[in-house]
Amino acid sequence: MSDKEVGAETREFGFATRAVHAGARPEPHSGARATPIFQTTSYVFEDPEAAAAYFNLQEYGNTYSRIMNPTVAAFEERIANLEGGVGAVAFASGLAAQAGAFFTALQPGDHVVASRALYGGTLTQLKHLERKLGFEVTFVDPDEPDNWKGAVRPETRLFFGETIGNPGGNVLDIEAVAAIAHRQGVPLMVDSTFATPYLCRPLEWGADIVVHSATKFIGGHGNSIGGVVVESGRFPWDNGKFPGIADPSPAYHGLAFQATFGEYGFLMKLRAETLRDLGACMSPFNAFLFGLGTETLPLRMARHTANALEIATFLTGRPEVETVAHAGLPGSRYAALVAKYLPRGAGSVFSFDLKGGRAAGARFIRELNLFSHLANVGDAKSLVIHPASTTHRQLDDEELRGAGISPGTIRLSVGIEDPRDLIWDLTRGLEAAAVTGADETPAGETMACPL
Amino acid sequence: MSSVIACELPPPLPADGSEPDLGQYQDAGTIRRLLTAARTVAVVGLSPKELRASYFVGFYLQRNGYRVVPVNPREQEILGEKCYPSVAAIEEPVDIVNVFRAPAAVPGIVEECAGRAKAIWLQYGVIHPEAAERARELGIEVVMDRCMKVEHARHLGRLHWLGFTTRRITARRG
Repeated sequence: MSDKEVGAETREFGFATRAVHAGARPEPHSGARATPIFQTTSYVFEDPEAAAAYFNLQEYGNTYSRIMNPTVAAFEERIANLEGGVGAVAFASGLAAQAGAFFTALQPGDHVVASRALYGGTLTQLKHLERKLGFEVTFVDPDEPDNWKGAVRPETRLFFGETIGNPGGNVLDIEAVAAIAHRQGVPLMVDSTFATPYLCRPLEWGADIVVHSATKFIGGHGNSIGGVVVESGRFPWDNGKFPGIADPSPAYHGLAFQATFGEYGFLMKLRAETLRDLGACMSPFNAFLFGLGTETLPLRMARHTANALEIATFLTGRPEVETVAHAGLPGSRYAALVAKYLPRGAGSVFSFDLKGGRAAGARFIRELNLFSHLANVGDAKSLVIHPASTTHRQLDDEELRGAGISPGTIRLSVGIEDPRDLIWDLTRGLEAAAVTGADETPAGETMACPL
Repeated sequence: MSSVIACELPPPLPADGSEPDLGQYQDAGTIRRLLTAARTVAVVGLSPKELRASYFVGFYLQRNGYRVVPVNPREQEILGEKCYPSVAAIEEPVDIVNVFRAPAAVPGIVEECAGRAKAIWLQYGVIHPEAAERARELGIEVVMDRCMKVEHARHLGRLHWLGFTTRRITARRG
């Protein structure tokens, strides 16, 4: 082969360059510059020896798209590169990615220490898997690192938190919590969906596993569901606490993944066993869209965060608004953590509380024209939801407060439109919210908290 | 399987807590040049057992077009190739001598490489800075604490097919 790459191997390419190029070299056979969509279930083997070598994991070869596909692999390498990981495995959704990581790292009887400020869907998943898979979870207030330490038991095998929480905007002290986890010989897993590797790279602060809902900012356009697990390659899975990864695998003739694949052991296990058996693989078409979205991640995130801060600042000055929970605002309780972990901005998903409770929230939503009223975040389009009248409608005011939500809480996911247009839209909503005596929220279907 | 020599396992830290500077033996440009130019690779400590890391690597190199010369005094033939008891006994020119032996064996192997091999490649955990210095004095290039299979897959092969980070950034058609 031509070797014009010489000289490029040792260059430290910048984030924006890697967002465009990592994982996606020109396709060697056709010369296609865009990553082709390899819409195939399976791959023809060169010869019987190659087939055997692939299935024995002795050689890197495509076998079946449930566990590997070139379009998906291009996306996986891109995200792994941007996060600073040794590799990545993509899944059909963010929740599938988390489930894959739990399934790989944990055994029945194990214990997990998790932030109680995790995304609601994650809390539900953990409570469900606890019952189904036989591990236990202790939920802690994530803001105080000592809380994590206090929850550790001899059988603790995983710490799990979020870079930026939802809807409270909690910022995790990753370095401190990772240090506590490592003193116990267990890894820290971080859901970094709201930060993306553009705003924060948890592996650089000591985290061991990063999971994303690619559905959000990575894809960036609200068109596909997907998730990804990235691993550092540094955690000593052979420290005696993780027989599921270190011991010989009966599924591969006694192959010991950690001893054989070393820094790739966890990810090989995640792919060759967990993804193979759970089957929640990412589709090649979705991987194409996620890879395409990632090319503009730096541009979009810079715009998302700038718009969000401008809007949060605008909201703090409005008489209809009680409080604004954006970690990037001056005086935020998370200011020091934002300065350390999120110097480029605290993201674009945040909530604020309207005066006037549920009825004001419903009037606000009904008046909006640009903000899409739906259950998602991380779209180029601005999004809004009023939990008390939608996702959390079945809860009374007291139960809402227990979930960290007030009757007047509005959550925004600020998009990349012109901020003056977004402020125009919000102003109309705020003025409508302030008009008391208007109709109460119309009765509607309750949702099962998809987000 | 605790006896498996790790193919891709990072090295244990030295007992005194110090960390030798291995970066000079892990230059990506050098690794890529050696892998591209080499044709014949002697694998010292190649096991005939299919689940051993050395077999993974030897098998992989053979599948990827290299002539593999096994060096193992206890075997006659591995991977269909005649086994030699030592590097000194090999009857043909060798480009790279790939070592799956305990670090203590490395100085002796280095001396045998003189005049016979262009480079010596020490696998993960096979760390011996003094022997590496001696090899350089003899005009032999050194790669240390790197897996030849992984580095081949990274630079010239299919490591990216499994979503692993290759750090390869290029707009050229490969």
